[in-house]
Amino acid sequence: MLEMQHISKVYRTELIETHALRDFNLKVDEGEFVAVTGPSGSGKTTFLNIAGLLETFNSGTYKLDGESVNELSDDARSRIRNQKIGFIFQSFNLIPDLDLYDNVDVPLRYRGFAASERKRRINQSLELVGLASRMKHVPAQLSGGQQQRVAIARALAGEPRFLLADEPTGNLDSLMARQVLDLLEEINRGGTTVIMVTHDAELARRAHRNVQVMDGKVSDLSPYEPRPLNEGAMAAARA
Amino acid sequence: MFGYHLRLGLKSLKRNPVLTALMIGAIGLGVGVCLTTLNVYHLVSGNPIAARNDVLYAVQLDNWDPQDPWDDDNAQMPPTEVTHREAMAILASDIPDRKVVMHKGAFVLAPGDENSEVKPYIVELRLTTGDFFPMFATPFKYGSGWDRAADASAEAVIVLSKKSNDTVFGGEDSVGKMVKLDDREYRVVGVLDEWRPVPKFYDLNNGSFDEIEEGFIPFSRSEMLEVTSAGNTNCWKPEPINSYREFLNSECVWIQAWVELGSADKVAAFQSFLDGYVTEQKKTGRFQRPMNNKLNRPDQWLEANEVVADDNRVLLGISFMFLAVCLLNTVGLLLAKFSGAAARVSLHRALGASRSMIFRQHLIEVSIIGIAGGLLGLLLGYLGLLSLRQLYNGYDDLTRLNWDVGFMAMGIALLAGIVAGLYPTWRIMRLQPAPYLKTQ
Repeated sequence: MLEMQHISKVYRTELIETHALRDFNLKVDEGEFVAVTGPSGSGKTTFLNIAGLLETFNSGTYKLDGESVNELSDDARSRIRNQKIGFIFQSFNLIPDLDLYDNVDVPLRYRGFAASERKRRINQSLELVGLASRMKHVPAQLSGGQQQRVAIARALAGEPRFLLADEPTGNLDSLMARQVLDLLEEINRGGTTVIMVTHDAELARRAHRNVQVMDGKVSDLSPYEPRPLNEGAMAAARA
Repeated sequence: MFGYHLRLGLKSLKRNPVLTALMIGAIGLGVGVCLTTLNVYHLVSGNPIAARNDVLYAVQLDNWDPQDPWDDDNAQMPPTEVTHREAMAILASDIPDRKVVMHKGAFVLAPGDENSEVKPYIVELRLTTGDFFPMFATPFKYGSGWDRAADASAEAVIVLSKKSNDTVFGGEDSVGKMVKLDDREYRVVGVLDEWRPVPKFYDLNNGSFDEIEEGFIPFSRSEMLEVTSAGNTNCWKPEPINSYREFLNSECVWIQAWVELGSADKVAAFQSFLDGYVTEQKKTGRFQRPMNNKLNRPDQWLEANEVVADDNRVLLGISFMFLAVCLLNTVGLLLAKFSGAAARVSLHRALGASRSMIFRQHLIEVSIIGIAGGLLGLLLGYLGLLSLRQLYNGYDDLTRLNWDVGFMAMGIALLAGIVAGLYPTWRIMRLQPAPYLKTQ
């Protein structure tokens, strides 16, 4: 369902040409929990940005849900991002002057849902991360772990097929990191495909599969061993 | 989505209150200066008798020096006033529907009631034919003007301005009461309501932006009382003037002449009448300049008399250039503000906002700045006009806030905000989100 073949990405300035990805090949099946690891500057985040349609690439093919994204317009890419992809960032990226309710509301507004539907989804996703009682708080009133859970709630509210997480526990202590990872595993068990970029080998071990990236290429691809899925939740997520 | 974008725009503006205040201040200042100059320009360049523009004509006849034109800068411009002889000839014509010949005169006005506490005071009156009032559509508070019989018999009647009626009679209905002008009694037949034509189109020789006179009496009393002009009297010919009769027969111009011609045929007939009259006069040795009789509609009259000075146009241009400078400053401030918002915009892009949504949201934000700048501009413009009032006495009406111009200023401000915001908005819309998401 996510398939990249021979992807290359080059950043050019007047003086320097940097190959962030070269002949990058990866296939991620539905329901997988994939950890992407590698040293700094190896191309992990570039891969994630391209996977999330936040960046274009120079050559190769990328199919998402069977649809080639190479020639999509900006509007179509935005629509796919909004409907199929949820993002979780290392620094949470919450909007500081919006309360939790409004932060989770942002992608739903762009989706064009009616107010009642937005309210249902916001309540549901904040309940899932255990923060429904604090929806009128602003991010600064929460701990780092709670903020990341709000970011997860925001990513989940649109019921995406993919959850792309870039160092989701990078700014958290070990206890909070474990809680967030527990949450990601729970979401994955519900049927959402999770792709997580991380430095942390211990966290990576909890994924179904580890993808090692080195110098813009996939250097090690551990085999995927499917785990039992929660079929009911998966069907709901796809609906 | 408009409401949502509006809400996000307001939050964004609150996020940087100093920057927001600077942008609103820049637009407000530019609009305020423009509003002040535009308002004054609008008033001085207006045609206060536009509704009757097609039927009224100021009359010009060129009796001036054959060797030296009336206007050195424009040889085709005849004198803007006529002699008494030409005034009489115009009055004698039965072609116009209405005719006005007039001049200003100075008198001492006193209440007719000797027990009144109002002391006699010097006033400027207009000596005119009774057609003045219907021709120029003057509003009456009490009574009316006088008829042609009163003109013919030089009847001692007067129409008071509202201001003089307020002074002498405390604003009461004074029709039928008496006032004294230079110790002669006049019966009040009418009192004008508030009337302030700007410019004072009917007499541009004696202060284009002056207030109207304090009263109006029949022109025929001018000759009877041997009243000379309290305004401009211009002569070119060295000729002995030792009596009022000799003054009336001289080549001196001092009387303003207007006619009402209700059809094109009448215009042609009256033009023909004037040409014929001048042709006859030429035979007697007068009117030695080329035939140049003009009938000017009010708009042409205001233009010919250059009521709107070039200085005003230059000032207007400078004020718009100032607005442009303010806008450039706003563009710079918006660029700085939107650059600071790159991470937030990138997040919105990541969450599904398309470029067009980002564009709309930021356009709404700059529109809010434009509207706020416009409101500030209105306030500053109003203060600017108040300052002008303080500087120039008697220009109160020139410096009143004109709401047409006020709405125009709001339009300018909104447009200015959008124009200033287009480039920064376009830039932020084109932003590549990925680099900013990692670093937020």
